[in-house]
Amino acid sequence: MFVDWPILSLVIWLPIIGGIAVLATANESRPMQARGLSLLVAILTFILSIPLYSDFHLGTHLMQFQENTRWISAFNINYHLGVDGISMPLILLTTFMTVIVIVAGWEVIKFKQSQYMAAFLIMEGLMNGVFAALDAALFYVFWEAMLIPMFIIIGVWGGPNRVYATIKFFLYTFFGSVFMLIALLYLYFKTGSFEILAYHQYKFGLGPQTLVFIAFLLAFAVKVPMWPVHTWLPDAHVEAPTGGSVILAAIMLKLGAYGFLRFSLPITPDASHSLDWLMIGLSLIAVVYIGFVALIQQDMKKLIAYSSIAHMGFVTLGFFIAWRIYANTGEYKGVVMGIEGGMVQMISHGFISGALFLCVGVMYDRMHSRMIKDYGGVVNTMPVFAAFMVLFAMANTGLPGTSGFVGEFMVILSSFKANFWFAFLAATTLIIGAAYTLWMVKRVIFGDVTNDGVAKLQDINRREFMFLAILAFMVLLFGIWPAPLLQVMDASVVNLVAHMTQSKL
Amino acid sequence: MPDNMQTIYIWIVLAPLIGSIIAGLFGKKVGRAGAHWATIIGVAVACILSMIVFKHMVIDGAKPFNGTVYTWLVSDGVRFEVGFLIDKLSAMMMVVVTFVSLMVHIYTIGYMHDDPGYQRFFSYIALFTFSMLMLVMSNNFMQLFFGWEAVGLISYLLIGFWFKKESAIYANMKAFLVNRVGDFGFLLGIAGVLMYFGTLDYATVFANTGPVVGKTIQVFPGSDWSVLSLICISLFIGAMGKSAQVPLHVWLPDSMEGPTPISALIHAATMVTAGIYMVARMSPLFELSETALSVVIIIGAITAFFMGLLGLVQNDIKRVVAYSTLSQLGYMTVALGASAYAAGIFHLMTHAFFKALLFLGAGSVIIAMHHEQDMRKMGGLRKYMPITWITSLIGSLALIGTPGFAGFYSKDSIIEAVGHSHIPGAGFAYAAVLSGVFITALYSFRMYFLVFHGKERMDEHTRSHLHETPWVVTIPLILLAIPSVIIGFIYVGDMAFGDFFEGAITVLPKHDVLGALAEEYHGPFSMMFHSLLTLPFWFAAAGVALAWFLYMKRPDIPNIIQEKLRFVHQVLDNKYYADRFNEIVFAGGSRLLGKVLWQNGDVRVIDGVIINGTARTVGIISGIVRRIQTGFLYNYAFAMIFGLMFLLAVFVLR
Repeated sequence: MFVDWPILSLVIWLPIIGGIAVLATANESRPMQARGLSLLVAILTFILSIPLYSDFHLGTHLMQFQENTRWISAFNINYHLGVDGISMPLILLTTFMTVIVIVAGWEVIKFKQSQYMAAFLIMEGLMNGVFAALDAALFYVFWEAMLIPMFIIIGVWGGPNRVYATIKFFLYTFFGSVFMLIALLYLYFKTGSFEILAYHQYKFGLGPQTLVFIAFLLAFAVKVPMWPVHTWLPDAHVEAPTGGSVILAAIMLKLGAYGFLRFSLPITPDASHSLDWLMIGLSLIAVVYIGFVALIQQDMKKLIAYSSIAHMGFVTLGFFIAWRIYANTGEYKGVVMGIEGGMVQMISHGFISGALFLCVGVMYDRMHSRMIKDYGGVVNTMPVFAAFMVLFAMANTGLPGTSGFVGEFMVILSSFKANFWFAFLAATTLIIGAAYTLWMVKRVIFGDVTNDGVAKLQDINRREFMFLAILAFMVLLFGIWPAPLLQVMDASVVNLVAHMTQSKL
Repeated sequence: MPDNMQTIYIWIVLAPLIGSIIAGLFGKKVGRAGAHWATIIGVAVACILSMIVFKHMVIDGAKPFNGTVYTWLVSDGVRFEVGFLIDKLSAMMMVVVTFVSLMVHIYTIGYMHDDPGYQRFFSYIALFTFSMLMLVMSNNFMQLFFGWEAVGLISYLLIGFWFKKESAIYANMKAFLVNRVGDFGFLLGIAGVLMYFGTLDYATVFANTGPVVGKTIQVFPGSDWSVLSLICISLFIGAMGKSAQVPLHVWLPDSMEGPTPISALIHAATMVTAGIYMVARMSPLFELSETALSVVIIIGAITAFFMGLLGLVQNDIKRVVAYSTLSQLGYMTVALGASAYAAGIFHLMTHAFFKALLFLGAGSVIIAMHHEQDMRKMGGLRKYMPITWITSLIGSLALIGTPGFAGFYSKDSIIEAVGHSHIPGAGFAYAAVLSGVFITALYSFRMYFLVFHGKERMDEHTRSHLHETPWVVTIPLILLAIPSVIIGFIYVGDMAFGDFFEGAITVLPKHDVLGALAEEYHGPFSMMFHSLLTLPFWFAAAGVALAWFLYMKRPDIPNIIQEKLRFVHQVLDNKYYADRFNEIVFAGGSRLLGKVLWQNGDVRVIDGVIINGTARTVGIISGIVRRIQTGFLYNYAFAMIFGLMFLLAVFVLR
């Protein structure tokens, strides 16, 4: 029944308009009204996004749910939306996590509640726009607009050092995206169009490809983030309010990785090929180097932030091993698994890192500290919470049966085909990842009660139980049965691999 | 009845899982009794069904079952499936796992009686049973790895069960991390299998070894390694972690921080034997790599001998049994290396019964002693707890390989097999396992005499409260004592020297040591009598005699020896300094590396120089540029005139 509806427009504009409505009807004295309306909008958006999955046609890589109208004719810019197996799961992740974040911010935000909720709703719409846009200009507008709500969220509801963090965050990402704009303009002048799918077909030489690739890389690498342009992330996470951290980790980081799939690989396959050593190198540095850095963090949010960077290393590793696999084995078998593994890792990391940040938020709301040393023996006073925290921690270490395992497993399996040492270095996460996660768990959760603050802790309430339980369910579901996720991706990834392994020269 | 069989297999794994979920998620609602009934019924169902499967496979001689339950995911044309491979090997493992687990469940009612985490404990051990069954029943590497890590998780949760104890939560993290080192290798092995076989399904992999045999891989430039050796050694690293082989053995003694029932179930009878099971299951691959077999036999021999030595100096009753477990796992590994997989698995089975018995016996003693574990404060307990005494004696006799007992048949088969093996390293292994017999007997009976005989060294209060433990504790002891006596006698002909595992375990003719021994095998009685003329028997007897002399006849001598050989004692007491080495080099090294990378890489270079440095540079430049904008009209006028003149000059002179 939904097939004829402009679903993509709805999931973009409903939350944005809803967010504006929340702002318009804001009343500081009646925060429940703003919360209720925001939750309604978020849930409605999530429900509207479900047909994207249920009515999705498997077995085709073509764009679905397309909408295409003229926007700025003078520059041949269109309002062109559409999803394939690569972007559709990410939109669902966005609409899903927004509901969680609204619930998580329910009582926790003490001032300007309506603005807080509105910022998240508007951001949801903009992020959906990024994933759905098939017109490069439209994409760029959403991409940049997205920065504003996040900038506000960190800047207004953030911690004591929020100004430094927001400016760092803003300049870092802005710096990157300026180069992307140049690359998009270059492609526009060459092809006369802003159609992303037309860029995929545009053939050009290695020199310009390399420049375009590097321009994209600067934008996407900052977002992912890849080493060495990652240092904004720990600061941003530490200062952001819980909801901001969740959205940042669960979805914003995925935008960069999505960019590689939508732009870099299909538009500049030859440059991707010739620079794959760089991408693989940076990915492995993220896994190993950042893992060790995470080990010694004293601030839980920083630790999880570094852990996010390490986990995103798997995503980029999976994306860029194609040509090494070919060089090593003489065939492209294994490439699809690498990319799909990276994509599963993106979705899974959305749940797990989101859940971990929520866990830290739950503790922070009670103790007003993120420092590991201020905790110890939380399990004694918050047993239910501790059970969730241990589950998510285990998922973070990639334990089979949780979604955290699936992506890492697939990427390690396929990277072995490229080079033994890639798999070797990537697999060290089994040890390092477990070390930093479990060491934190040991110091925070287990042990005897270390101080009065911990002794007075109240276990999670029903609201907190609800969002943690839902995330736990998702983490286990995709761990035990990831097949549905892979099914929707498969056709698009297979097509992408066929396309990118075809030289444009 | 092939259709019903798949249903039965599914219920075997689901029944404990359901019990675990009831006890874990609804523990408060169902109460203590509800929790133990839910899990015990679940495990009992699994146990009875496993016995039906065993009968179906072994006695009725049904064909192996290999089927898929559901497709986990499909990617790149590779199907990852969850499914079961049921043959005699897995059927036997299923019976052992569910039976020991059931005994431990019943025993736990008594052991954990006063513990506030009662429901949680039952939930964990039932979940463990589920995971272990998933591991042994798997028909592919993915599910094997799932079970492998899942049992590791439960082990982590159970070692740290008493989470207030600092030593417990240190031990559980250590156990998980050391196991992860093994899993690291294991995962690489699996990746290698997928790369060279294109599938993770056991049957397909084992059937297609031919094309892979001669293949090589350049791990280091210029050095060609056999692919199969690389895969097998990687897989074996996984086994070293799970089955606690040197140097990844360090977690097992510390795991004794957990409650005793799980020491019996997880850290003696079942989980730690997963590595042995896995290598036996992979015998079609290991057979093709003598290098790997050689590694296996040497690692096993080192573990069997040197870990046994450590058992001699321990005073904690559970630690003695723990080191004994390490040493026995070494025996099993040696058997694998000698291609005597069947003997290794046979020893795995007998060991599961008598070691679970010994642990539960030790637990019974600990209950009676009010959670005192130091053997120096025990003694003469046989008067107070006759059932524990007799059953522990049976366990000890089985462990040291007394002719007729279960351990004798399995251990003697291993020693004989190693003696016949020609794998490089077999000579060393033979010496190790042979002298290990003496050490085993010595530490076993040292423990036995210190606990059950001699002077009563406990304080008066404890002594006055000593009595036999309740029936929920003693019944499992008795039920485990029975197989500890008879199971070897019954199955030695079939399992060690017969074709029990035909189809499940592959041995190349040139490695078939058990086949050679089978020709000299004339029934369990003759094996028993023949053994009286062989070295192992006399070594064991000498060990017992020495233990008796040192700890019964002249209890003053051990201290003198300790004084005279202070250096040796120190080394043994510090467990060859392995823990300290790991702590300084690996744990300390990682933290240091992390600190260096963070402070220098992230903070100093990237943020300090590049990011904030750029910001500073921009600040400095703008500071300079700002000075030009003075706001004075004559400055601007001067600049304009100067500019005009310059342009004019350029224009005119051109």
